[in-house]
Amino acid sequence: MLEFPTWKRIWLCGLTLVAVAAALPSLFSLANMPWPRSLPEPMVNLGLDLAGGSHILLEADPAQVRAQRLENMEESVRARLRNAEPRIRIGDISSSGGKLAFIVRDTAQVDAAREEVLPLTYGAGLTGQRDWTIEVVDENRFVLTPRPEGLEQAVTLAMDSATEVVRKRIDELGTREPTIIRQGDERIVVQVPGLDDPAALKALLGQTAKLEFKLVDVTASPSDIAQGIAPPGSEIVPYADPASEGVAAIAVRRLGGIKGDSLTDAKQTYEQQTNEPVVSITFDQQGGAKFAKLTSENVNRPFAIILDDKVLSAPNINEPILGGSAQISGRFTVESANQLAISLRSGALPVDLTVIEERTVGPDLGADSIRKGLLAMGIGSLLVIALMIAVYGRFGIYATAALVLNVLMILGVMALLNNTMTLPGIAGLVLTIGAAVDANVLINERIREERKKGRRVVAAVENGYKEASRAIYDANVTNFIAGVLLFLFGSGPVRGFAVVLIIGLFTSVFTAVTLTRMWVAGWLRKARPSDITV
Amino acid sequence: MKLLKLVPEDTNIRFLRWRMPFYVVSLILIAASWALVATKGLNYGVDFAGGQEIRATFTQSEEAPIAELREQIGALGYGEPVIQRFGAPNEVSIRVRLPDEVAGDKGAAQRIANRIVSTIRAGHPDFRLDGNDNVSGKVSGEFREKAIYALLAAMLAIAIYIWVRFEWQFGVGALFALFHDVSLTLGMFALFQLEFSLQIIAAILAIIGYSLNDTIVVYDRIRENLKKYRRMPIAELLDLSVNETLARTVMTSLTLLIALLPLLFFGPASLFGLTICIVLGIFVGTYSSIYMAAPILIWLKVTSDSFVPSESEVERQERLARERG
Repeated sequence: MLEFPTWKRIWLCGLTLVAVAAALPSLFSLANMPWPRSLPEPMVNLGLDLAGGSHILLEADPAQVRAQRLENMEESVRARLRNAEPRIRIGDISSSGGKLAFIVRDTAQVDAAREEVLPLTYGAGLTGQRDWTIEVVDENRFVLTPRPEGLEQAVTLAMDSATEVVRKRIDELGTREPTIIRQGDERIVVQVPGLDDPAALKALLGQTAKLEFKLVDVTASPSDIAQGIAPPGSEIVPYADPASEGVAAIAVRRLGGIKGDSLTDAKQTYEQQTNEPVVSITFDQQGGAKFAKLTSENVNRPFAIILDDKVLSAPNINEPILGGSAQISGRFTVESANQLAISLRSGALPVDLTVIEERTVGPDLGADSIRKGLLAMGIGSLLVIALMIAVYGRFGIYATAALVLNVLMILGVMALLNNTMTLPGIAGLVLTIGAAVDANVLINERIREERKKGRRVVAAVENGYKEASRAIYDANVTNFIAGVLLFLFGSGPVRGFAVVLIIGLFTSVFTAVTLTRMWVAGWLRKARPSDITV
Repeated sequence: MKLLKLVPEDTNIRFLRWRMPFYVVSLILIAASWALVATKGLNYGVDFAGGQEIRATFTQSEEAPIAELREQIGALGYGEPVIQRFGAPNEVSIRVRLPDEVAGDKGAAQRIANRIVSTIRAGHPDFRLDGNDNVSGKVSGEFREKAIYALLAAMLAIAIYIWVRFEWQFGVGALFALFHDVSLTLGMFALFQLEFSLQIIAAILAIIGYSLNDTIVVYDRIRENLKKYRRMPIAELLDLSVNETLARTVMTSLTLLIALLPLLFFGPASLFGLTICIVLGIFVGTYSSIYMAAPILIWLKVTSDSFVPSESEVERQERLARERG
């Protein structure tokens, strides 16, 4: 047990050095000292609970993706059949129960209609997979049912692009080092360090920014609108700010509008006459052409500017807008206009996102936690060192050295694995330090016992390590098992605990058992003491 | 150099003589703990109940206007807020539980939080937001579920490992000791209505880890002695094992305590709950290893026959030397 050939000693020292060296950049940054740029810098990230910052968990509603898909399908089917040669007339369109149903007026055209609709049912991918199934019931009634695979893929695509949009918006805010991760099927985690007040960020992420221009249905009577009854082909849309408009909602034509996803730019400006903040937008070529067509065909009629299913304003089209740019007014403040401009620039979210969890720690609180935590740990360490040396003498010095190396190695390994230290992680650290101290206590008490039984020094030390190792091994393996399970089953904070625990168990056995044994063996060989005080 | 001895040598305290009264008291405590949890309930923090916990400093004030805040936030109609000092006198934590009516509405927590913050800000220009935990009903439900699964899975796996390494009686004993520790901790939280959050789950995990470590050390010595003293009555053997490991038990617990106490007194307010939980757990865990985990072995009838006698290498050489000499 006390044999340490040179190769083994080199190995152990090398391993220790690597782990300790990996901890140095983190220590330097904790002490606010510059770390040489030319050297690699593995870092232990500080969790937001320590460093300050915001953790925001967003969740999408897949039902919305489904509804959107259904609506798009309806529009495609209508357009396709209207433009067919000869035109295929359809009616009685309904989209209840997640299915799109309609009848083909002329039963002779059923086969032609199927031919026209079929291409629309293929997925966007190259696999040629069908996303919808077509059924014809009662001779001429078409029922399009989305297939689950296609839906799943649509949700995935929507989430992918939502993540991209979120990233763009956060970049626009100019925050440093945001982390944006997809989590599961429907969630996005956003972590932004060092933010004073995340209100602006949350407002930005919560805004879907689905911009639409739709013609106002002037035939609808105000009393019908008030009751929520829309004329056929129209829908009721509430005002974003009913109080200042005087009416709660207006009716707009459901189809034939323009979507705001074909913008090339959006910025906050001022309306020239009133000096009111507005958002001016620029369409791309295609969108500009559509917008020109819509406005030239409907001069002197009102159209509604709709943002996230709320009407911002419904101005009259005074003249055709041909230049491809327009202004959106809607009782903005400079701030809200600016925010909308950012949202529009980064594109609409394909699905609404809701903040379902937020954790914000102000930078002051975080810094305070770290300062007080370090102070307390410093005092604690000194007390532990004093006690260990008072009780175990030379062996206590070995144990303390092992303890210090243990903490450094934990930090080093965490840095190499790019792990994050959180508050629960500190609890894990305390536990592993406890385990490391305990290992040395077990060994030293055992050596005492063996000496008391009258064994000679070398035999006592050897047996002490051997007998104590069994309990140390069992205790660490059980804690390791617990740690792994906690990591697998636990949520964020519990995982933070588990990671430190798992790493710490390895390093504490390494330092408290292996390294101290090497040191003790070296001392015994050199000094050849006939008696030891332990 | 004269070294410090915390425990006199060769103690022979008959710990297990009082095992019955201790067991009865402990069983009553366990039952009382669960009764408290069932009747008073745990004071769930926002992690598990949903809602928001806002930490703020009133930078220009000597003292935070707690009474005024209580009134203002109470008037918003989200139920009674829990407002406490958090650190310095002008720092507070404000906790508002998610109203039951909106538990299913995942956007509600965020809306309520925004409303509370803007209300306070309007009334107190020196309000500074230091922290905001904001959990919707959906997420808090998941946290509860995951925490329970993680705890149960970990405890079960531990019991199985100890069963494999020792004997089944030891597995049962270790599991029961852990059950005792967790029960008493929960009971304590129910009795004093301390905030029960995810951090406390981490603390309970640390307690479990520590208590387990302690139990294994005692069990290891019991296993060793069972092999060594094959005719010793079991109660006596358990006492001997506990006494032999007593110095280690005291030293380890003391070391951990002196490492933790500074954290309690000088550490950040955010770590207070976690630290005090672990400190209490050290006492409970040490007690349970001696009085819960060990006596169970008597009742489950562990005998020396469960183990093959062993002889260490050193002992073998000593025996050979004796035989030769």
